[in-house]
Amino acid sequence: MSTFSRRKLIATGLAVAGGASGLAVAAKLAGRYGLIPPDGGGLYGPGETLTYAAQRILTRHSLAREFSRSQMSKIPFANEVAPLGEAFKRLEDGGFADWRLAVDGMVARPGAFSIAEIKRFSWSSQITHLACEEGWSYIAEWIGVPLSLVLDAAGTLPQARYVIYRSFQSGWWESIDMADALHPQTLVTFGMNGGELPVKFGGPLRLRLPRQLGYKSVKYITRLTVTDTLKPFGKGLGSAASEGGYAWYAGI
Amino acid sequence: MADSVWGPIPASAAPAARVRSRHAALVRVTHWITALCFLALLVTGVEILISHPRFYWGEAGNVLTPPLFKLPIPASRATVPTGYGYVLPDQNGWSRYLHFQAAWVAVLTGLIYVIFGLFTGHFRRNLLPARADLSWRALSSVLGQHLRFRPAAGAGAWSYNALQRLAYLWVIFVLFPLVIWTGLAMSPGIVSAFPAVVTILGGQQSARTIHFFVSLFLLIFVLVHIAMICLTGFRSRMRAIITGRATAHKEHR
Repeated sequence: MSTFSRRKLIATGLAVAGGASGLAVAAKLAGRYGLIPPDGGGLYGPGETLTYAAQRILTRHSLAREFSRSQMSKIPFANEVAPLGEAFKRLEDGGFADWRLAVDGMVARPGAFSIAEIKRFSWSSQITHLACEEGWSYIAEWIGVPLSLVLDAAGTLPQARYVIYRSFQSGWWESIDMADALHPQTLVTFGMNGGELPVKFGGPLRLRLPRQLGYKSVKYITRLTVTDTLKPFGKGLGSAASEGGYAWYAGI
Repeated sequence: MADSVWGPIPASAAPAARVRSRHAALVRVTHWITALCFLALLVTGVEILISHPRFYWGEAGNVLTPPLFKLPIPASRATVPTGYGYVLPDQNGWSRYLHFQAAWVAVLTGLIYVIFGLFTGHFRRNLLPARADLSWRALSSVLGQHLRFRPAAGAGAWSYNALQRLAYLWVIFVLFPLVIWTGLAMSPGIVSAFPAVVTILGGQQSARTIHFFVSLFLLIFVLVHIAMICLTGFRSRMRAIITGRATAHKEHR
């Protein structure tokens, strides 16, 4: 009896030690290949890291499903937005001619683009599904230019790992890794369903990422910052959403 | 009947009063991890659900779309018309974090359990019903006992009857895979790489609706499971699934 339980004890001990060192090696490898999300620490860090790492391995180049015109939602639903204020109203009254999308950080040529300048890049459109974390969704056509073209124009430096994007709405910012930033379906969007992008859907400019939940598709974007680390920004969690308790990676 | 009830252990090798192992250690550990995960998934699932207690069929659906059905409950978001004059507190952030973390643990635990079950013959021995027990007469007799709240004395003490076996197999090989599948079908990242995961189900909103019903069936299973444990002897059942020990006699009814 005692030898049996000793053997069992040794086996269990070995299994635990093996498991722990396996985990340590996995964590090291994950860090090295950029598979740990900025909110990968803390209580829910392990689950988030597993999700993000698994998806970076499986979905790095996958394309979001595109739909036919007949599948587009008859009336898309625009979620509530906080009042945009006087400054926004003035820009809107001026037809957004003074709207700028600044690009800074790890780029060779920092600068700012007007909407007209953005529209000079080659356009792309997609009919994709927008799903909110609440559970509802709609299918719409989005027209814009791939973020990769804008980043190329600014000259992204090779050490770039993330792109931070900020909204005109103060305190609202997000970030994505380069796999998503350079993805062909990640659009700096100015049009929707064949027309201009309405203000309630994020016009004049919205960053659209069909492979992640709606809250990553930030409305009213004004500034892109290319960086190799998210640590110095805010609380270092990579977005206002993750500071508010929501996952940074929203591809689920 | 007696043969299948006693299952893998030859009657001669089962000294009636002696204490011996009812559930393998791996079954006990995976059972409790799964139980914890289920609780976490249930609570957070309800929390996520109340942010939009409406269900749709097809690819897309929102408050401007007619729902398939809606739950007569208040919501945690003001944009959903529920007929209630108030909005519930919103706890989606940590609920979503915990939901997915618990899902990972449940799936990995389930994988270990299924591999164990296949390699050790656990499924074949303990869960696959004997052919003789699958006749209508045998099944209806067991069902009758259950419906009269009079399961055979000691049912489950050493082995499961056909009804129990079918219920466990159904949960392990139908409900769990379905709830995982429909969960993955709601992930925009996963379906970008594996579109068939969602198209087979008829769309992302269909997946959400099926996910809700499968979760409901799992909840019903858990409630019946707990009720049966209370009915057939809470202490001995708990002892068996915690320590692995059970006494063949001394059935506390």
